[in-house]
Amino acid sequence: MRPILMKGHERPLTFLKYNREGDLLFSCAKDHNPTVWFADNGERLGTYRGHNGAVWCCDVSRDSTRLITGSADQTVKLWNVQNGAQLFTFSFDSPARSVDFSVGDRLAVITTDPFMELSSSIHLKSIARDPSQQIGESLLVLKGPQGRINRAVWGPLNSTIISAGEDAVIRVWDSETGKLLRESDKETGHKTTVTSLAKSADGSHFLTGSLDKSAKLWDIRTLTLIKTYVTERPVNAVAMSPILDHVVLGGGQDASAVTTTDRRAGKFEAKFFEKILQQEIGGVKGHFGPINALAFNPDGKSFASGGEDGYVRLHHFDPDYFNIKI
Amino acid sequence: MAIDRSEPNPKPQKLRWGELDEEDGEDLDFLLPPKQVTGPDENGIKKVIEYKFNEDGHKVKITTTTRVRKLAKARLSKRALERRNWPKFGDAVQEDVGSRLTMVSTEEIVLERPRAPGSKPEESKVAGDGLAPNPGAVLMVCRTCGKKGDHWTSRCPYKDLAQPTETFIDKPTPSETAAGSSGAAKGTSTYVPPSMRAGAERTTGSDMRRRNEENSVRVTNLSEDTREPDLLELFRPFGPVSRVYVAIDQKTGMSRGFGFVNFVNKEEAERAINKLNGYGYDNLILRVEWATPRTN
Repeated sequence: MRPILMKGHERPLTFLKYNREGDLLFSCAKDHNPTVWFADNGERLGTYRGHNGAVWCCDVSRDSTRLITGSADQTVKLWNVQNGAQLFTFSFDSPARSVDFSVGDRLAVITTDPFMELSSSIHLKSIARDPSQQIGESLLVLKGPQGRINRAVWGPLNSTIISAGEDAVIRVWDSETGKLLRESDKETGHKTTVTSLAKSADGSHFLTGSLDKSAKLWDIRTLTLIKTYVTERPVNAVAMSPILDHVVLGGGQDASAVTTTDRRAGKFEAKFFEKILQQEIGGVKGHFGPINALAFNPDGKSFASGGEDGYVRLHHFDPDYFNIKI
Repeated sequence: MAIDRSEPNPKPQKLRWGELDEEDGEDLDFLLPPKQVTGPDENGIKKVIEYKFNEDGHKVKITTTTRVRKLAKARLSKRALERRNWPKFGDAVQEDVGSRLTMVSTEEIVLERPRAPGSKPEESKVAGDGLAPNPGAVLMVCRTCGKKGDHWTSRCPYKDLAQPTETFIDKPTPSETAAGSSGAAKGTSTYVPPSMRAGAERTTGSDMRRRNEENSVRVTNLSEDTREPDLLELFRPFGPVSRVYVAIDQKTGMSRGFGFVNFVNKEEAERAINKLNGYGYDNLILRVEWATPRTN
């Protein structure tokens, strides 16, 4: 395949998100402007100007009209997707790390980093249909664990919130009462920081990637560990194919590979694994730096990867990708 | 009869069949066979066969072969199509057509399958063809003269060389026992497979990647400057090789005369043994056998 290279960001990428219909790709990076691209040919549509710090995460509503972005400038902003206008700004006392719209886009879960004496916390905000009616107060604030929470997502039917972070423990919280319902098992769980979390297309299971060079597949309701995928590199980003049983892991620095020469310069690869057999299918090379973000198009026929090198690489699969057999 | 035959030029005019004679069926040369279209087949090839009259008035058959290829069609929903027409905003407003923000990669990137579990069929095919004189020919190794691809041992023109090979076999035996004792039993001396490392998870059943210690082949009577790449090149035609090892004397840097090759598939290891045992390589006759007592 011929990946499409998009160099719109000058700083490393932090997050990638496709909209529900798979025709738009939103990219967040450490430069302060999230960007939206057309997902078929990589043409840039626009940028959202307004943040003053690195943008860590974003989410887009189901109808692709609202974008929510979380940034290190201690704000979370709501944008009009079409023209880049800022609709609302939520202010916090510490950098915002992760944002996620609920099913139905009426609520959003936002996590903030620990900052000075403040510990990390999870905020639930209500999102109004009409942006002029938007209020800034949180519906619920959960005091988080020690360390940063890297990702928090909604559970099935918005009844729970799943969070994972630097303390390597995955937690399931009740979204109405804020009670901690479940924690992942320490022995079988990750050994160090969980960097990324991706839900399956149907929301029944999710994948976490960690700096302990592995990714784990969990059941979303019972938090039982289903599968583990082992790589040689710390995992910074994970994604699951919506149509095939494939998981993709994107990783970081492989110290041993630093000195080896390769004819092609981009050695960092996105590794594909068979979801059920836990076996490596292959890798897609090309990035010049560790891969920080991965996203699959909802139609499963293409995926995008964002790296430390500031490039977004959009890959449309060859037909024989769909016939891969182990 | 309304057919105008007064024109000297035999070029046919638009004839109306209703005005034809009753002698239909004879003089229908002016009518052309209908156009035939063989639709796009699985390769997208479409053939259109047309019949025409050329300038000389001869009936000609024109066959047009086209390949119909469907480019990746982005089947966009109505909303997506609307979004396609949105005006640019933010930093994209100043974009001109020549901006190089979005480029298609010049390199063809493939999903590279990992080496050990799956072999690259194209690679092994090419290497195999290189060795064999013609595709499908068996690799013939004569044990007496070591010439490959020419004749079998029984048909060796240099039959008087049979004696020296036996003495050769005596020599590797003492070195082979040394090899057997120095190397670890499974032909892997310092490498500890992940399945046997501390904290490893045992996989049930024979995992192709981990269990190829059973498919280990010992090669003895190697020349001094034989190294791992040489062994790999020699054994690769038989199948995917997961590991090669040549025992090197650290002081002199030369090969100690033996090495191990781990195949992914047992059958291929067996074939390699049958074919390469007695093969002449770099002036020495190789001895190739199972590394462990015959694993059956």
